[in-house]
Amino acid sequence: MYPEELMYAEDHEWLRVENGIATVGITHYAQDQLGDLVFVELPHIGDEFGKDDPFGVIESVKAVSDFYMPVGGTITEVNEELLDAPEIINEDPYGEGWIIKFEITDEAELDELMDVDTYTEYLEDL
Amino acid sequence: MVNVDGLKRTPFFDKHQEHEGKIVDFSGWALPVQYSGIIDEHQAVRQKAGLFDVTHMGELRLVGPEAEEAVNYLVTNDVSKSPIGRVIYSPMCYPHGGTVDDLLIYKFGQQDFLLVVNGANKEKDLQWVAENTADFDVQLIDESDETGLLALQGPKAEEILSPLVDTDLSQMKYYWFEDGIELAGHQVMVSRTGYTGEAGFEVYCETNDGADIWDAIMQKGEDFGLVPAGLGARDTLRFEAGLCLYGQELGEDINPLAAGLSFFVKLGKEDFIGKEALQEVKNQGPSRRLIGFEMLDRGIPRTGYPIYEPGGEDQAGEVTSGSYAPTLEKNLGMGYVPPHLTEPGTELRIEVRNRKLEAVVVEFPFYKREG
Repeated sequence: MYPEELMYAEDHEWLRVENGIATVGITHYAQDQLGDLVFVELPHIGDEFGKDDPFGVIESVKAVSDFYMPVGGTITEVNEELLDAPEIINEDPYGEGWIIKFEITDEAELDELMDVDTYTEYLEDL
Repeated sequence: MVNVDGLKRTPFFDKHQEHEGKIVDFSGWALPVQYSGIIDEHQAVRQKAGLFDVTHMGELRLVGPEAEEAVNYLVTNDVSKSPIGRVIYSPMCYPHGGTVDDLLIYKFGQQDFLLVVNGANKEKDLQWVAENTADFDVQLIDESDETGLLALQGPKAEEILSPLVDTDLSQMKYYWFEDGIELAGHQVMVSRTGYTGEAGFEVYCETNDGADIWDAIMQKGEDFGLVPAGLGARDTLRFEAGLCLYGQELGEDINPLAAGLSFFVKLGKEDFIGKEALQEVKNQGPSRRLIGFEMLDRGIPRTGYPIYEPGGEDQAGEVTSGSYAPTLEKNLGMGYVPPHLTEPGTELRIEVRNRKLEAVVVEFPFYKREG
């Protein structure tokens, strides 16, 4: 449920880095806690955000929540499929359910993220 | 998962855990917000059947020589004309016309009524009823702790429940009840009522009998696609069906005429609490009315979001309930606006995260079942 190769943030985003570009989504835990997702609001390509800035909104049947940037960066791609079918996040949070891609501003910020073991331990304490 | 220590448990608590329900604190009760998922459960109730634990509702019994007079003084509807065996929906109001609660009244006899009230309001209602019936020759009994309550809702509800009971449910009409029915070896009361916009029943049992009754219904329902359904689906179902929720569409500062419940306010009957104020509201016309609207722009309206006039400059009201509607597949809302904005087709603006999004007033309720 928590792929080994990913990095994880306390707000339950996952992050995969390839050539300085990060792909971000939300974890299995987050989608399960939120329940059926029915709406997403995404940023625009070129938007710049700092670490922990809210970059979008996700709504389940019952609740509204923000997405937060696990590290700072500039948006290069957004998953527009989610606009019509936010349930993809529930179905495939680490694959088709990715949310944004962005160019990382400062790779040193990655050091503060968790690996899979630390994240699963973190979940146990919640 | 919420810490359930210190929360009240219904007789079905173990069943919720068996079915992996996601337990939440619902005004002091440990109840499942969902099992498999709100949308799945919602669709099951519209298409097949769902079983809800609604034990948190309060049951207050009024018995005695003046029970009928007392009930008729407390509530806005007229229970005196109803035959025995009837369930009567009614608001209960303050002298200023605002709403104490909305309730179902079971008429067991002219000297025996059961008031079924919202769980979150139970203590308030108990005190209100006690204070306001002091001058009547009646006795007030709080039966809530001894009563378990299940709602079996959906087009398959009758097929599921019929073989389990020793009465002909097909003869039970909408908003009627029968007491002393045998189900799984226990005595229950069954009414054809619900809060989903679908056909269905509510089953009142003694707390200790709850588990057997749940098991019997779930087992029989297996072949019909019955699923356990949580509070989340209960809310989306009632919302689509345009049913008021106390605390959102009704409240201390909302009178039932504004909420569109004038059918349940009998101004022609003898004195009752709030009569004068409600007569005045009727004469003047309510200053605001409950409407339903559909979002035209992308966005989901939520409780408390501001509603604006068509131009978007002046605030006209507030959203009381809003949701993605799973059956209608639209983002819909309910709220109060002044009378000139109530016609279907009227454009409104809803403020969602600092943006005023376009919406339009639509026919209400949003959903009506066929047949």
